[in-house]
Amino acid sequence: MVSVTDLQTMYEQMVTARHYEERLVDEYLVGKQPAFDISAGPIPGELHLAAGHEASGAGVCMHLRDDDTVTAPHRPHHIAIAKGVDLKRMTAEIFGRKTGLCRGKGGHMHLFDPDVNFACSGIIAQGCPPAVGAAMAAKKRNTDSVAVAFLGEGAIDQGGFLESLNLAAVHDLPVVFVVEDNDWAISMPKDRVTDVQNGAQRAAGFDLPGVRIDSDDATAVYEAAGEAVMRARDGNGPTLIEVQVHRRMGHFMGDAEAYRPEADIDRAKQRDSIERLAEDLRSHGVTDDELDEIRERAHERVEEAISWAKEQPEPDPEEAYENVFTNPPAQAATDGGSAADASGDADETGGDN
Amino acid sequence: MATESRDYTEATETDRELTMSRAMVEAIAWEMRENEEVFYMGEDVADYGGIFSSTTGLLDEFGRDRVMDVPISETAYLGAAVGAAQAGMRPIAELMFVDFFGVAMDQIYNNMAKNTYMSGGSFSVPMVLTTAVGGTYNDAGQHSQTLYGTFAHLPGMKVVVPSTAYDAKGLMHSAIRDDDPVVYMFHKRLMGLGWMPSPSGPKTGVPKDDYTIPFGEADVKRPGDDVTVVTLGLHVHRAMEAAEQLDDDGIDAEVIDLRTLVPLDTETVLDSVRKTGKLLVVDEDYQSFGVTGEIIARAAEGALDDLSAVKRLAIPDVPIPYARSLEDEVNPGTDDIAAAVRELHE
Ligand SMILES: Cc1ncc(C[n+]2csc(CCOP(=O)(O)OP(=O)(O)O)c2C)c(N)n1
Ligand SMILES: [Mg+2]
Repeated sequence: MVSVTDLQTMYEQMVTARHYEERLVDEYLVGKQPAFDISAGPIPGELHLAAGHEASGAGVCMHLRDDDTVTAPHRPHHIAIAKGVDLKRMTAEIFGRKTGLCRGKGGHMHLFDPDVNFACSGIIAQGCPPAVGAAMAAKKRNTDSVAVAFLGEGAIDQGGFLESLNLAAVHDLPVVFVVEDNDWAISMPKDRVTDVQNGAQRAAGFDLPGVRIDSDDATAVYEAAGEAVMRARDGNGPTLIEVQVHRRMGHFMGDAEAYRPEADIDRAKQRDSIERLAEDLRSHGVTDDELDEIRERAHERVEEAISWAKEQPEPDPEEAYENVFTNPPAQAATDGGSAADASGDADETGGDN
Repeated sequence: MATESRDYTEATETDRELTMSRAMVEAIAWEMRENEEVFYMGEDVADYGGIFSSTTGLLDEFGRDRVMDVPISETAYLGAAVGAAQAGMRPIAELMFVDFFGVAMDQIYNNMAKNTYMSGGSFSVPMVLTTAVGGTYNDAGQHSQTLYGTFAHLPGMKVVVPSTAYDAKGLMHSAIRDDDPVVYMFHKRLMGLGWMPSPSGPKTGVPKDDYTIPFGEADVKRPGDDVTVVTLGLHVHRAMEAAEQLDDDGIDAEVIDLRTLVPLDTETVLDSVRKTGKLLVVDEDYQSFGVTGEIIARAAEGALDDLSAVKRLAIPDVPIPYARSLEDEVNPGTDDIAAAVRELHE
């Protein structure tokens, strides 16, 4: 049974994640109005926001420790927040700043935080194999760490996912696959691209347990994930979980969703996992004042991260040549590449273009 | 099929101005009307009309059987395009971003590109692989590459890189009618998307009728006597802008748009180099083992005695970084091109 304290923690993660996405909408649109230009403003490039996905990140990551690995797809913020990724440095990365998690090299789809073993891939399903690898390392080293790969329902038709299920199953690896089913892969509804009713059915073909959670109920996610993580930690192998979530916004910022029926958008907005959890908390005797307090704390944290990020310096152009290698070759391949001195530090002289 | 295609060399005054995306779609629609064997498949190509507007309006005209949304299973549907092509159809399959080639490279490289040769010519693979390329909008290392060299390096595929609406249409007609696999790489920044403003160059007059542009014919965009600038894609427009700046300083640059990498129009490059003696190659792909090296090698093989100076600008062998200051540093800009030409001219 989930304790009220755990429910409160999940609630805090979820309102933090929701507020974060809502605030990023504002920040992203700076410099992009009235005419939307993807490369303008303080946050350029694609931005995939996860409003409506919060229950999955929070419910799963409640069971994880810093030494457990998580890989996330192109829509990673709610998962990163629940996994304990440094919110300030993550935000600085999204703003492309020097002190960002990846020194401005990765951006929002490619967040990496070794302190809590968190990594992303923007290529569909390609976070799955590295999660299997982290689980393999844990098993070989006899630790009880586990790995969790998050993916969208659109990713369940991809080789990287299916091959990973098999590899994890045949070696009994401590890994949990979490499919976030928001019914859409950009403009493609699920039933246009697969005949299975739900992604958890994929598990049967690989002889591993598959669990489907039909609503984005954080408590239900918490319970299913608790079992799966325990199973993995105890050395009993992988589990596949699919959670029904909702896409409350476009696929990415700027997506007018012309392909999506109005009723579907409304439905997604009505099913609010955060409101549902608030109800649960009230029924456990948590007062509205207490909920307000949690929300305020979450909002403050988000504001702090955003203001901190915006004060951070941009990377110097020469930094573009650093970090190609951990041990940079003494003689770089091109004039523009980084040459390294004997100590292995990257040379900052940079290129000629 | 249209009975005879006119080989236009230039748009005429009566032509409408189209964006590159509109021009590309117009050619696809024409071919689909003329030939029932042509169909289009990819992710988000039906209702969405292609993330980069490569298929706008096609679903309405041709329906879901011929404009197919497919699962995010690039290996399966690109490989299926190979099979359908070998069965005699003329599929067009879209890889949303060229960066995603990795998950399906075997179908591209071992089947699409090689089956003609490995079957001793008994099979052909008349398909088009369309794909969006390029950076400049801060989408980072997995969504910003061009990978021109990667595709041109592997034998068996024709590789096309339009830089204007006029070329986009003519090259698309040629690509669909070609009996070989053609990789059609369109630069996102040139498509004329409302949300990713293009430079002014790619929007050109485009004839209403169908026309083909033969592969292997580079386009001399601007004749000049002092320095040859060979480039492709987005950088054609950056080079043209640089040439205007240089013109003010009395430096006369010749700008060559390769238009196709396979086959490659070596003659046009050599003719130019024989005249100017100075060669700059500009590419938005990685520098080493790529387009810049290939062009310079061909110039050296064919016109060594005429060459007095050579230079190249490309992505300096680093993955494409996200932050604006970093991406700007590694992607050759107009000023970088002008500076390199000046250096060569000295
Ligand atoms: C291999 C690959 N193919 C295509 C894409 C382009 N793409 C990015 S997100 C996306 C849809 C993903 O849908 P889903 O997995 O359901 O995740 P959601 O966006 O709904 O969270 C696609 C097709 C990609 N990033 N990688
Ligand atoms: Mg989805």
